[in-house]
Amino acid sequence: MEWETVIGLEVHVQLLTKSKLFSGSSTRFGAEPNTQACAVDIALPGVLPVMNKEAARMAVKFGLAVGATINRRSVFARKNYFYPDLPKGYQISQYELPVVQLGKLVIDVDGERKEIGITRAHLEEDAGKSLHEEFEGLTGIDLNRAGTPLLEIVSEPDMRSAREAVAYLKKLHVLVRYLGICDGNMQEGSFRCDANVSVRPRGQHAFGTRAELKNINSFRFVEKAIEYEIARQIDLIEGGGKVVQETRLYDSVRNETRSMRSKEEAHDYRYFPDPDLLPLQLEAGFIEETAKSLPELPDAKRERFVREYGLTAYDAEVLTGAHEIADYYEAAVRAVPGQSKLTANWIIGDLSGYLNRDNLEVTAAPVTADMLAGLVRRIADNTISGKIAKEIFEAMWGGEGDADAVIEKKGLRQITDGSAIERVIEDIMAQNPKQLEQYRCGQEKLFGFFVGQVMKATQGKANPAQVNELLRKKLSGTPA
Amino acid sequence: MHEKSIAELSKALNNKDISSHELTLAYLDRIEAHRDLNAFVTVDRARALKQAQAADARLKSGQSGMLTGIPIAQKDIFCTDGLPTTCGSRMLANFVAPYDATVIQKFNTAGCVLLGKTNMDEFAMGSSNETSFFGPVHNPWDRRCVPGGSSGGSAAAVAARLAPAATGTDTGGSIRQPAALTGITGLKPSYGRVSRYGMVAFASSLDQGGPMARSAEDAALLLNVMAGFDPRDSTSVDRPVPDYTRTLDESIVGLRIGLPREYFGEGLGTEVGRMIEAALDQYRKLGAKVVEVSLPNSRLAIPCYYVLAPAEASSNLARYDGVRYGYRAPEYADLWEMYAKTRAQGFGAEVKRRIMIGTYALSAGYYDAYYLKAQKLRRLISGDFDRAFERCDVIMGPTSPTTAFEFGSKTDDPVAMYLSDIYTISVNLAGLPGMSIPAGFDGSRRPIGLQIIGRYFDEARLLNVAHKYQQVTDWHLRVPEGF
Amino acid sequence: MSLDRTDVERIAHLARLEVGEQELAAYAETLSRILGLIEQMNAVDTEGIAPMSHPLDAGLRFRADEVTETDQREVFQGIAPSAQAGLYLVPKVIE
Repeated sequence: MEWETVIGLEVHVQLLTKSKLFSGSSTRFGAEPNTQACAVDIALPGVLPVMNKEAARMAVKFGLAVGATINRRSVFARKNYFYPDLPKGYQISQYELPVVQLGKLVIDVDGERKEIGITRAHLEEDAGKSLHEEFEGLTGIDLNRAGTPLLEIVSEPDMRSAREAVAYLKKLHVLVRYLGICDGNMQEGSFRCDANVSVRPRGQHAFGTRAELKNINSFRFVEKAIEYEIARQIDLIEGGGKVVQETRLYDSVRNETRSMRSKEEAHDYRYFPDPDLLPLQLEAGFIEETAKSLPELPDAKRERFVREYGLTAYDAEVLTGAHEIADYYEAAVRAVPGQSKLTANWIIGDLSGYLNRDNLEVTAAPVTADMLAGLVRRIADNTISGKIAKEIFEAMWGGEGDADAVIEKKGLRQITDGSAIERVIEDIMAQNPKQLEQYRCGQEKLFGFFVGQVMKATQGKANPAQVNELLRKKLSGTPA
Repeated sequence: MHEKSIAELSKALNNKDISSHELTLAYLDRIEAHRDLNAFVTVDRARALKQAQAADARLKSGQSGMLTGIPIAQKDIFCTDGLPTTCGSRMLANFVAPYDATVIQKFNTAGCVLLGKTNMDEFAMGSSNETSFFGPVHNPWDRRCVPGGSSGGSAAAVAARLAPAATGTDTGGSIRQPAALTGITGLKPSYGRVSRYGMVAFASSLDQGGPMARSAEDAALLLNVMAGFDPRDSTSVDRPVPDYTRTLDESIVGLRIGLPREYFGEGLGTEVGRMIEAALDQYRKLGAKVVEVSLPNSRLAIPCYYVLAPAEASSNLARYDGVRYGYRAPEYADLWEMYAKTRAQGFGAEVKRRIMIGTYALSAGYYDAYYLKAQKLRRLISGDFDRAFERCDVIMGPTSPTTAFEFGSKTDDPVAMYLSDIYTISVNLAGLPGMSIPAGFDGSRRPIGLQIIGRYFDEARLLNVAHKYQQVTDWHLRVPEGF
Repeated sequence: MSLDRTDVERIAHLARLEVGEQELAAYAETLSRILGLIEQMNAVDTEGIAPMSHPLDAGLRFRADEVTETDQREVFQGIAPSAQAGLYLVPKVIE
């Protein structure tokens, strides 16, 4: 039988606010346990929540960016369950009326565009952390994370393969970073994904029973976890079994998913509107103001790069993959107008390579956009060749100054003086009479040998185009 | 000294006729002498006297306000930095709050002395003070009787003149009903008038703190301190606080008093009914007009309340899990047992009952039939008041259907106990201000309370209406024998 | 609606309250009585009535996004039943 996969994703995006959703504690990552857990966060008797305005603004930003409906009135509800890292015994979340509803994201897989629906996005507070390793037979509770604002983004079950799921997730990741509402750090848990996966015979309309995969904290694991789960479900059904609706944990070491049986007990969260918080009402002015503050979004930027800079769709896609890269690119192009393609090549090629090698963010690159533009300028005006430029780039990366300084210091200026190049060619022809003879007898592949000799003699500084042209003339014996 | 009003005490303090230290000591001694009432859970003499000395210094420096140096008893539901805040529960018997409730902060800023923390029904759930982990409070008018609840300790303390005034909280009648049963003046302000920050939550959409005092004038002085916007409470209302004493004496000629016919039917004690009629006559003499109004859904207030309040409570009390503070069971095999035993041992019977009812009302499959239904009724009940207030300025009636009842007479039947709040609960559901003032006694010399209900944020009018009555009656000045 | 022992067990479990075998019947009886009182609500038709979750007919007030709290761990953990190395301790949570 042919199977079709159905995937929906729930992504928890940790919002980049300074303070928590309902208290004035810091949200900074990595502090000593429980040093960022105030009276409200640890749920002392009598304390009350007060909503962080920035979190609301960030949720609205996201909603606007995915073309969603911003609910002018949404409601915070309590989700009741007991867990040691949930201090109040309930999580403040949104249930019936979320702040954002019905948006979409367009993904691109193998050149095919596909719309993925976003069912809703709602604000909620994070729980603390349970540490199981440090004490024998005991669990330690750190509440620093308790109360940190999250935006839970729920997609429609619109994805049909693990690759589509990854494409959606990556797209979302780029978007929230563009919007400045999340740092996207998956290791620190700022961007977390749960996947609902089911299979059904192709052509069947009804969904199959789904499993919810938790704990998939990298793009690679998302793909592997979903693929494993699809295979597991198909094997199960084809073997005469049935998929049960359950939560499964992805184990990246073993590359498998396994049932979280301890959480199997029937949950009854007893949601009800939080009486400590009135409805979240958003004024039209607030939404308009937020809309004005929206940055250019990835799709628009990509299209503009193609249009404005004459880039290929691929180059534009890569350059707009993170707004920092796009900003870098545009800063460089501004400094060296007319060299948009060459600049793009350098960013996609050498710059990205060095960033990866040194594990750096583009904002921390030792070669700034202006420095790169300086280098491109010298390539463009023939001061240096592309080959020499690589040497200069490495020197700039190593902190030896900007392109002009390196060219000067190392004497790397390109030789563009035709008569100087001619003299070199004449010397080489004189030193290699045998090869000259063979070339003139038709062994044209020896042309490369002469180019190499000229470049060697000029330490690569001769302008390659001129070398080619002059060599051809000289070797053929036609008078200059 | 203990016969004096707060205004008189304030004058004495400012004239240096007496120091706050002397005054505080006198009250501490009275508390000590009447420990058998069990009105207080915690009294820290040294701390109170230190506060009194600081108040004396302020009085000397001329930096004092109306309430500087006045000792006040605080219901043990307000978190108090460095003092136990037990909420009448074993769960918090060892809980020393690491912060001050906003109400406590305000009294501190005013220079008041914290005389002690008063006993109460556990987590404010009760109408008789019999659910306190620290034992029941006795009604000073008749020690065989309950003082009402949940603010029974505060009520008894004020009635027995163990404190010039006290605070209470009122979720379904917990200020007004004990005020009525002990013959004092109690005011539940409009929802949002007094900050709930630091007030241990029972039912968040109903809870409201307020003053319990000898007279409307004293209550006004306390409300001046307690009321006001608090950025820490999202349900606190940002409206200016008037000086509630300024309008006490305004004329009430032409005042339209609405009498809800539903408050005078079946279940109302005949003696209570008669005294309420007498009070209304008094008001007619003062120039007020009495009109009949109707609150047709008021009979549904109790069922509605006993869904909403327990539902909110079941969630509010989930934080008592033995993890971060408070009681933890001494023995348990695993996490599940730690939770279940901690909570089973830490909470008393009535609290557990209400947690279970609330949990049930919110649980899957029952939410619509119970919780949602109750929320709809709440709107109907609230709408009744809107319509009634089109025809009147205040609503009057009995606070409680009966006077103080004897210990144990209702403990076996929670439903009978719940009916004690039949006239007070709808006010909380609507979020309106309500008062109870002394209006006489029954044949056994047990006090009777007159309830006055006002429009939203109309506390000044309630206090004015109560004060005018107290200018021509002396019920509020009566002190139980032996005090 | 009256509750039986199984209902009480289910509710007690949700509420994390230990209820002894011998208490089940009494709870079932009392809670059923309270539910009897509550069900008087059914006498009124509430079709089309908007639920009222709060006496205040207003919107949520916001707080500026500022860090206003400082570390009070020592004070807070001073009143904790069990804390060590800055962590609250509970019996092992089995995942």
